[in-house]
Amino acid sequence: MRKLAEWQLALPLALAFISIFLAPLLLLVGVSFFNDDKISQPGFGQWIKFFGDPFSYKVIADTMLLGVKTVAATILVGYPLALVYLDASPRVQRVLIFIIVLPLLLSVVVRTFAWIVVLGREGVINQLLMSLGIISEPLKLLQTELGLVISLTQIEMPLMLLPLISVMSRLDPNLRDASAALGASRWRTLFTVIVPLSMPGLVAGCLLVFASSTTAFISQTVIGGVRLIYLPLLIWQQSLVVFNWPFAAVISISLLVSVLTVVSALSWFGRKSGGYVHG
Amino acid sequence: MPSSPAGRTLDVEDLTVRYGQALAVDGVTLAIEPGEVVALLGPSGCGKTTLLRVIAGFVRQAGGRVRVDGATIDHLPSNQRNIGIVFQNYALFPHMNVAENVAYGLRARGVRGPDVMARVASCLDTVQLGAFKERLPRQLSGGQQQRVALARALAVEPSILLLDEPFAALDRNLRLDMQIEVKRLQRTLGLTTILVTHDQDEAMSVADRIAVMNKGKVEQFDTPVAIYDRPQTLFVNGFIGTTNLMNGKIASLQNGTATVSLDAGATLSLPAPPGIGLGAPIQLSVRPEQLALSSVPGPDAWRIEPGLSLPLGGQLVHEARTADGGALKIVEPRRASAADTARLYCTLAADARPSLFPRST
Repeated sequence: MRKLAEWQLALPLALAFISIFLAPLLLLVGVSFFNDDKISQPGFGQWIKFFGDPFSYKVIADTMLLGVKTVAATILVGYPLALVYLDASPRVQRVLIFIIVLPLLLSVVVRTFAWIVVLGREGVINQLLMSLGIISEPLKLLQTELGLVISLTQIEMPLMLLPLISVMSRLDPNLRDASAALGASRWRTLFTVIVPLSMPGLVAGCLLVFASSTTAFISQTVIGGVRLIYLPLLIWQQSLVVFNWPFAAVISISLLVSVLTVVSALSWFGRKSGGYVHG
Repeated sequence: MPSSPAGRTLDVEDLTVRYGQALAVDGVTLAIEPGEVVALLGPSGCGKTTLLRVIAGFVRQAGGRVRVDGATIDHLPSNQRNIGIVFQNYALFPHMNVAENVAYGLRARGVRGPDVMARVASCLDTVQLGAFKERLPRQLSGGQQQRVALARALAVEPSILLLDEPFAALDRNLRLDMQIEVKRLQRTLGLTTILVTHDQDEAMSVADRIAVMNKGKVEQFDTPVAIYDRPQTLFVNGFIGTTNLMNGKIASLQNGTATVSLDAGATLSLPAPPGIGLGAPIQLSVRPEQLALSSVPGPDAWRIEPGLSLPLGGQLVHEARTADGGALKIVEPRRASAADTARLYCTLAADARPSLFPRST
């Protein structure tokens, strides 16, 4: 028997990729160039319709903005948590990593419905704030962007924390001591040593959180409702409610291109700032 | 105010550090003179690095004080102690170039403008790395990285310099070069320096005094020569250099002189050590170069059974067995014509100063 070349070992995966990912994607692009929902008249009609409508731009911007806000919130909560993890004893670290990974062990649907209980009019947050006398009227959190960002922050947190922690725990602990011995305050050490050196993990986390939150159809629709409109909801309406597949294809490609643009910009930035840890 | 321009005294008083239940440092007291280099020497886990980390302020002590020039620094966080430290792995900031690394401490102290780069340039010139300002640490060799670490520590004019196994990662030839360079710099600056090491040769060659540590305690704090020639405990004796241990007991005590009868079959007259009584079992420790081979029997010579002889540079190492079954190593200068065959007795060399320790039976 002939020895297998290494590339031949990748063939099954490559075939799977081509048949269930690349081919449908090409099909999607093809479908988008039909004017009618019966997919019989080729033309640019759907593209003109989508990009001729100012509403489309608003939805694209809202979707990207949702991603940016979620990324910002996960950094704000996740980075200090990663620092706490780094300083914790091994036993506390095991507990923390379990708590961090926990969201991944639950279905997205379950997590999202749990947030309805937390955010609702009679939900945990409102009852707590009202019993403490901080507010007199229940806050409206469901079907608002704030509520959506709060729940997405929790749901996407593992995607931020895991790359961040993996990069940070490879940092030489002596660097912090060296910085302190040279007279730097804790804040100075954080911003001149730890943050720059953890950049590769931070960028990877941002990338994952952004891509995941902008396309999080279930959370967006269940928490956000039908009044907050993001691209995934539009795609769902056009493909499964209206059955206008060419139009749905146009929106899908727009979402894909928007997310890819931001993600490649981020990873370019990551490559530019990275490399110290592994170099 | 300090009397010398740079050297400060460093006093460690009754310092104790606990990690959970374990005592990492157990009541250590050291008085270090201005401009002195002191080596903390001991096996791994003896508490030497912990002691260094307490002085730097990275670890809090459970008890005791650290004073610089008489003033306690225990309440100060490490960024206010003004202590320079060079780590074993150098801990250079990998994302900053050489000049930025050296400038780090100055910037952290609020020095701004052209002063920073002038000081950086002069520090890098001192360690002969003036041409490497723009390089990143990973583009430097181990020895160059160490010089950057040294320049970085010295740039802020620290009151004390701490070196944590700084030569361990260097290869042998470079290690000697760096030891000489560090010693030269330290002399020039008159900087009080503490060196942590597990390498006795390094401690011997670099330090003015050595504190030999074991299990969190200082066993002996003395000059290298005194530690080598007059080890005060069995641990120091075994840890420093090579030694021969021979069993015996005190046969008589008179006017500060002890007559020791060795189990190997000889009687020696030696200065009586304090606290050892008549008839007490002892261990005699004698360095290989303090023994001599002889062809004539005598009361102070014992019979040996010669083993292998190995040339070691300019010396010859003889292996031998004594009558009571102990193994001996004897070192003598290598001579071209040696009729060694008949030398079946071993004695103390003329200027030998063996140590006596009580033996627990």
